[in-house]
Amino acid sequence: MFYREAGDFKTSYVADNQTFPIAFDRNRYYAVLAVALVIMPFVMTDYLVNAIMLPFLIYAIAAIGLNILTGYCGQVSLGTGGFMAVGAYACYKFMTGVDIYLMQDGEWVRYALPQINIFFSVILSGFVTALVGVLFGLPSLRIKGFYLAVATLAAQFFLVWMFNKVSWFYNYSASGQINAPERHFLGQAVTGPNTEPWAVYLFCLFFVVVVGVIARNLTRGRIGRSWMAIRDMDIAAEIIGVNPLWTKLSAFAVSSFFVGISGALFFAVYLGAVEVGEAFGIQKSFLVLFMIIIGGLGSIFGSFAGAAFLVLLPVILKLLMVDTLGWPADIAAHFQFVIVGALIVAFLILEPHGIAQLWRLAKEKLRLWPFPH
Amino acid sequence: MKLNKLATASVVAIMAASPVMADLVFPSLSYRTGPYAAGGIPFADGYADYFTLLNERDGGIGGVATRVIECETAYNTERGVECYEATKGEGALVYQPLSTGITYQLIPRATADGIPIHSMGYGRTSAANGAVFSHVFNYPGNYWHAASGIINYLLESNDGDLNGKNIALLYHNSAYGKEPIRTLEGLAEKHGFNLSLLAVDHPGQEQKSQWLQIRRERPDNVIMWGWGVMNPTAIQEAANIRYPMEDFIGVWWSGSENDVRPVGEAANGYKAITFHGVGDDYPIFEDMQQYVVDAGLAAGSGDQVGSVLYNRGMYAAMIAAESVKKAQEIHGVMDIDASMMRDGMEALEINEELMASLGMPGFGPEFTASCANHGGPGLSAMTQWDASTETWSFISDWSEPDMEIIQPLIDSDSSAFAAENNITPRC
Repeated sequence: MFYREAGDFKTSYVADNQTFPIAFDRNRYYAVLAVALVIMPFVMTDYLVNAIMLPFLIYAIAAIGLNILTGYCGQVSLGTGGFMAVGAYACYKFMTGVDIYLMQDGEWVRYALPQINIFFSVILSGFVTALVGVLFGLPSLRIKGFYLAVATLAAQFFLVWMFNKVSWFYNYSASGQINAPERHFLGQAVTGPNTEPWAVYLFCLFFVVVVGVIARNLTRGRIGRSWMAIRDMDIAAEIIGVNPLWTKLSAFAVSSFFVGISGALFFAVYLGAVEVGEAFGIQKSFLVLFMIIIGGLGSIFGSFAGAAFLVLLPVILKLLMVDTLGWPADIAAHFQFVIVGALIVAFLILEPHGIAQLWRLAKEKLRLWPFPH
Repeated sequence: MKLNKLATASVVAIMAASPVMADLVFPSLSYRTGPYAAGGIPFADGYADYFTLLNERDGGIGGVATRVIECETAYNTERGVECYEATKGEGALVYQPLSTGITYQLIPRATADGIPIHSMGYGRTSAANGAVFSHVFNYPGNYWHAASGIINYLLESNDGDLNGKNIALLYHNSAYGKEPIRTLEGLAEKHGFNLSLLAVDHPGQEQKSQWLQIRRERPDNVIMWGWGVMNPTAIQEAANIRYPMEDFIGVWWSGSENDVRPVGEAANGYKAITFHGVGDDYPIFEDMQQYVVDAGLAAGSGDQVGSVLYNRGMYAAMIAAESVKKAQEIHGVMDIDASMMRDGMEALEINEELMASLGMPGFGPEFTASCANHGGPGLSAMTQWDASTETWSFISDWSEPDMEIIQPLIDSDSSAFAAENNITPRC
């Protein structure tokens, strides 16, 4: 009744090619955006932003990034944590001034770039990560599937090891931790302890929206189609003229760019202090991989849904069991494993294509509603 | 997005519904799950039981009841942040993160929110400089004191000469494990011993290559900075290569029953440094038994009473409770808030008389905090494990750390932090 193509006439090619061709879809998208941009900043509290919104937004970026590589281009990656670490450490170096020590008259003299504004630091760290991603994506030209997953696993371990080992990355601090000093964007503190909840929320939301729009448009255009061609059958894609070298490496680059941005935000805005082994270990790679599997491979909406599922569910369960029912914290924590695990299993059995598929089915049903035939 | 809005609404509803009571709130960011649970459980039990004891026996502190809010972090920094944000609005007086990673997270946040942190024997060592870290306390001792204490013990047992000795540091490859390196390097230079560094990655079950190296090089001593599952693994590996346990010394986080028991008889003679009393031979444990354990109010399963980490949690709670008393005395208010608590912690004075009156004679060193000194004197003593009786016992007296090496390190690291964050030293 409401959700249908019929009667929604397009009079130009631009209108015909828009992201959401159905008016209901389009309006819903604008409504969500309006709520996120206009209403949410006013209800932001410290708890809401630090425990729920920031992790959700930042993991959503990481999930979109991995979804481009794994969901759209079919290259399985277990290096997400490592690439997030690259983004975080690059951001740290940019925001504190990239330095180099040169020997001069028998003494080491420190030369440093000026400190870069946090906004541009985040974007630059995306580019650095894209470069690293391409480097580790090179083996994908030769190997596929599980073997590629193992190669990216090597990237994960190598990068974490490197950020632990080379003290230049953490500015020679005694503990090997990196700490985000207070930095401002448009006069508002967005890193450090004295931030306003709405400011950091909007800062991250901006990146999420931009990343989402870019990813959506990339995936429905020529580049996205070539990724999907490689995913579905690489030999056939090559025969019809898709260049595997360029396609695979571009997927690695774009994916790592997004993952790098999420790593930078994760460190600078969300946590503020990071220890590479703990924050960007192998479990992070798996977490993001689970997000896209549960959310839906090859779907931007699925990335959001998967991130929301895995970020919100533990928090909601904790609020329910500990704060509402008054259970001991440890029993609740154990139950949480059971419930989240069972839900994941149930989800994968009932709907192997993820939450995005449920959404798709709901839309199909909506098209016919209220007349089922 | 829709799921998200629903969740937001429910969170807001639940948060609005929680009642506000007049009591002294002590959040406990515990970890009873995950790879470090073996250490997290006894500490959390001891921390909670001491406050239960105060409630049951004395009716709280100064007549105001205490309340411990436990929040499970699983030693994970993200969940630590969630726990901090969830509990700070409840009137939290002091945080005990019990994780160096979470402590690093909370130092700027809690300072901005005006809530003190007590990272007792862990966390950021240079927080001992109270002039820069106004809301962070790590008395009575920190990692650098521990490193110096271990070397002092070795000096003593080698007639004051460590020249040419080979000492290996086996450390957890994280902020926690890296903390003592600079102190040990300074001490190595001063005393002329050779220091070799062996990193073990989280969580620490893979140590074969490190112990192969130890087996090859046979260092005179191995010092361990481990936590959780890393400790028993290391002690087992040491037993496997027949490394003499007497030469193997752990920091205070590598010296609990959980670390040595799994190895059994072979762990006999393993040493660990400590900054507080071990065992249950203190009068307070009679009260603990009567008011808490027998009354069925013990936290957890109640079987940890008297273990090393239980004592540490209890000691942390004792310091927090004494700080509350100090704050009540300073401000003349019984229901204190976090900023008063901070004043109390800064004016804290623990002496033998006080500890004896609390039923904990000689439990820890005497110390006085001040505006500049949040680190305490750093006295430490060596303990040794006896596998036949399954007890830790002191084998040395409290000894002073080598502040000649430590103080410059504290000053340089804290001034770097001050410069990074535009803090002008308070005193």
